[in-house]
Amino acid sequence: MEFFRIRRDIPFMRHALVFNAISFITFALAVFFLVTRGLHLSIEFTGGTVLEVEYAQAANLEKTRGVVEAMGFGEVQVQNFGTSRDVLIRLPVRANVKQSEVAAQVFDKLCAAEGGSVGTKAYTTPQGEQVSRPSCTAAGAEPLKLSRTEFVGPAVGSELAADGLKALAFVVVGIVLYLAFRFEWKFGVAGIIANLHDVVIILGFFAFFQWEFSLAVLAAVLAVLGYSVNESVVIFDRIREAFRKYRKMTTPEVIDHAITSTISRTVITHGSTQMMVLAMLLFGGPTLHYFAVALTIGILFGIYSSVFVAAAIAMWLGVKREDLVKATNKELDPDDPNAGAVV
Amino acid sequence: MNRYPWWKYLILAVALVVGLLYTLPNLYGEAPAVQVSSGKATVKLDAAIVPRLQQVLGQAGLKPDFVQFEGNTVKARFNSTDEQIKAKDALSKALNPDPADPSYIVALNLLSRSPTWLAGIHALPMYLGLDLRGGVHFLMQVDMKAALTKKAESFTGDVRSLLRDKNIRHGGIARDGNQVVVRFRDAALRSQAQGLLAEQFPDLAWTPGGEGSELTLTGALTPQAAKAVQDAAIQQNITTLHNRVNELGTAEPVIQQQGADRVVVQLPGVQDTARAKDIIGRTATLELRMVNTSAEAMAALSGGGPVPFGSERYLERDGSPIIVFRQVILTGDSLTDAQPGFAEHQEPAVHLTVDAKGGRIMRDVSRENVGKRMAILLFEKGKGEVVTAPVIRGELGNRFQISGRMTTQEANDTALLLRAGSLAAPMEIIEERTIGPTLGAENIQMGFASVAYGFAAIAVFMCAYYLLFGVFSTLALGFNLLLLVAVLSMLQATLTLPGMAAIALTLGMAIDANVLINERIREELRNGVSPQAAIHAGYERAWATILDSNITTLIAGLALLAFGSGFVRGFAVVHCLGILTSMFSAVMFSRGLVNLWYGRQKRLKSVSIGQVWRPGGTPAADEPAAKA
Repeated sequence: MEFFRIRRDIPFMRHALVFNAISFITFALAVFFLVTRGLHLSIEFTGGTVLEVEYAQAANLEKTRGVVEAMGFGEVQVQNFGTSRDVLIRLPVRANVKQSEVAAQVFDKLCAAEGGSVGTKAYTTPQGEQVSRPSCTAAGAEPLKLSRTEFVGPAVGSELAADGLKALAFVVVGIVLYLAFRFEWKFGVAGIIANLHDVVIILGFFAFFQWEFSLAVLAAVLAVLGYSVNESVVIFDRIREAFRKYRKMTTPEVIDHAITSTISRTVITHGSTQMMVLAMLLFGGPTLHYFAVALTIGILFGIYSSVFVAAAIAMWLGVKREDLVKATNKELDPDDPNAGAVV
Repeated sequence: MNRYPWWKYLILAVALVVGLLYTLPNLYGEAPAVQVSSGKATVKLDAAIVPRLQQVLGQAGLKPDFVQFEGNTVKARFNSTDEQIKAKDALSKALNPDPADPSYIVALNLLSRSPTWLAGIHALPMYLGLDLRGGVHFLMQVDMKAALTKKAESFTGDVRSLLRDKNIRHGGIARDGNQVVVRFRDAALRSQAQGLLAEQFPDLAWTPGGEGSELTLTGALTPQAAKAVQDAAIQQNITTLHNRVNELGTAEPVIQQQGADRVVVQLPGVQDTARAKDIIGRTATLELRMVNTSAEAMAALSGGGPVPFGSERYLERDGSPIIVFRQVILTGDSLTDAQPGFAEHQEPAVHLTVDAKGGRIMRDVSRENVGKRMAILLFEKGKGEVVTAPVIRGELGNRFQISGRMTTQEANDTALLLRAGSLAAPMEIIEERTIGPTLGAENIQMGFASVAYGFAAIAVFMCAYYLLFGVFSTLALGFNLLLLVAVLSMLQATLTLPGMAAIALTLGMAIDANVLINERIREELRNGVSPQAAIHAGYERAWATILDSNITTLIAGLALLAFGSGFVRGFAVVHCLGILTSMFSAVMFSRGLVNLWYGRQKRLKSVSIGQVWRPGGTPAADEPAAKA
């Protein structure tokens, strides 16, 4: 099999302006949604309490919401999580309530609403491990189970947000420095602009659809940032090589050649990674859902931005042959791509 | 040119064997076990208990795989759950004659089923994180301000006593925040006091202030002393938490310091947060009382009468009864420190320090009771026990020692017990997470499915697209997974769901290196280079690109590692390690395979790397046939 059979270099750079315009518009839209709608931050960032409850039958969300709202915790979110029987309840931080006890109180009330009472159930797992948990029993049956609770204090949340921003700054500076050292500052700047534009677009999606932005999504965003820069690096590598090899080509031609000769690899690599991400999206369950979603958007826009945006920006910044080839002055050059090929 | 020297193959073979060995324990699963740990702060386990347990089990007709003493627990592994439960019953009956007051906690547990020789080379399975096995997680904030305030408070009392002893008149001593402020009416007294205080309290920095007849001397904790106070506070809190958590009989509790003033507590398997919180938040109390040695009390001891009015009967650590008065001389709040050490004649001793108020009481009480015994009682779970009951030899101050008939080990234990009674500073739960066991099992299964299906999809695609080179790439990817799991097991990392996500993502990204290499080889072939040269050039030229791209990914990974916590950290550790192992496996291992297969063939005509299309070149190439 060979998917890509390209006879001549595709003149991508002729349409550079169009690509940049498209990028700019999506970027502007993403920023617009980020500003107007904002991110729907998870409790990891805002602080608050989350309960995941599993009902024996399909859950009645309205009833559950009514019970929790009556407790007066302010803005409460009640939604299905994974299946129709699992319900996720989010409660904000309230200054006058002791947060660490909120989850237990809510579970008590939910249990009472099903006509049961909360007790402790000790049992032995099939592996022989002894565990005990609070359980809700009503007439011998267990109408609902507490699967998970999570409580994050407001101080921890704001620290996490600050750490996230620090991590992002570290990645940006680190990558620019590395690319500047390895290639040229113009490539560093072009690479990071192209990929930050990906990051903003991912965030834009999360803002537009009001998907929950959690720590997992943050991890995905940063991983994608490192990964897409990869893509730009591969193309930059080829640009450098082409500058050395084809002395007669103009800069846009060199860039076209580099993109054309790597496009097969770009698509196959991203396709493979996307297969893995797709497996996570399909089989990873609700916990990994938005993580996989963020990765998917990141990978798709990563292809676009590194192929069409990064090189175009480098071109606008005025990359010249001299920028990259000046180091290769003598015959004994370890970087010479032809040095290794002794045929 | 496509041959490796023998030592490179050797490295690969060693890596493969080591990878297999260390991955192996993860595949054995877990076996039922019984864990015995101390049920009281006063009971300490040592290796001597192992033969005793073996004997008890032998009498019950049970054959454990092994009985092993580790740190402060003893674990015995069994073949079936049935035996495990029988063993638990037999052990609790033998070790705890009084079920209402157990000295040992006998709990069911799980241990790795891997053979002992694997454990012998430290090949142990990865820990499963809470999200994979269920349990509770607390992040607790230690109130350092309170620890400093407490310290300043105790200094205030000490300064007052010292000045009184030395007959230096002052106009009042007060604590202001974390500072001790002493007022004076004239400068001569102040300078006299300053010299004395600076000498006696090196942990405080004294600065004179005020003017006229309103002179002050302000003592602030030096930064080093403040840091020492904070470190000691968090250490003591961790020790206390350990003691309390042991009581829960949890399999592998994690209690760790995080940052300067936080403690993480993770209790796998515990689902009852309310009870866990109750146990963690409880304070053990310490009391000093006098021993009743009257005739009635002696009679009561020998069983000849009731316990006298105003007294109570308690047990000493060795089990012998003792009658003590109800009246409490001092409580643990007055005790500021307890350290093991030596008395005169190099006798092991415990040095106690009480605050100034306590010191005054001790002085009065001891003066009146020379030659009598004083008991130190520790109350846990509402039950009291006499830790030690020494004879008062003379008048005591705020620093005194307990010595005699003690080994160094006993002195250490007693000091720990006396200190562990209470928390040095209050703690507050700032983050809490509980995960049910079924949810944990689902998470494992989902994480595993993601990796398996993703891997399979990539393998199928690579083999179809690159034929034999695809097989090599897939093997290299498998080798990468093996190495990654082996390294994680060696580091005894905790596997979490984000960690599994990172394994999946890292594999998805790692295939990039092989795609780069294979595409390069095809390209060289397209340009008409001979197969051997194409393989060589493909690997050589792709290497620089692979290195560059992995370094940028690694930068992002390191940022996550440095600034992340919780989910992000679990992800980042695996991600960074995966990048490192992938460079080794994707380049060196796959090259090794290719060299083994093709390297010896001198006249290689073609390589199986899928169809190589040549623009307008050889005929038939332009056909859409998918043949190599």
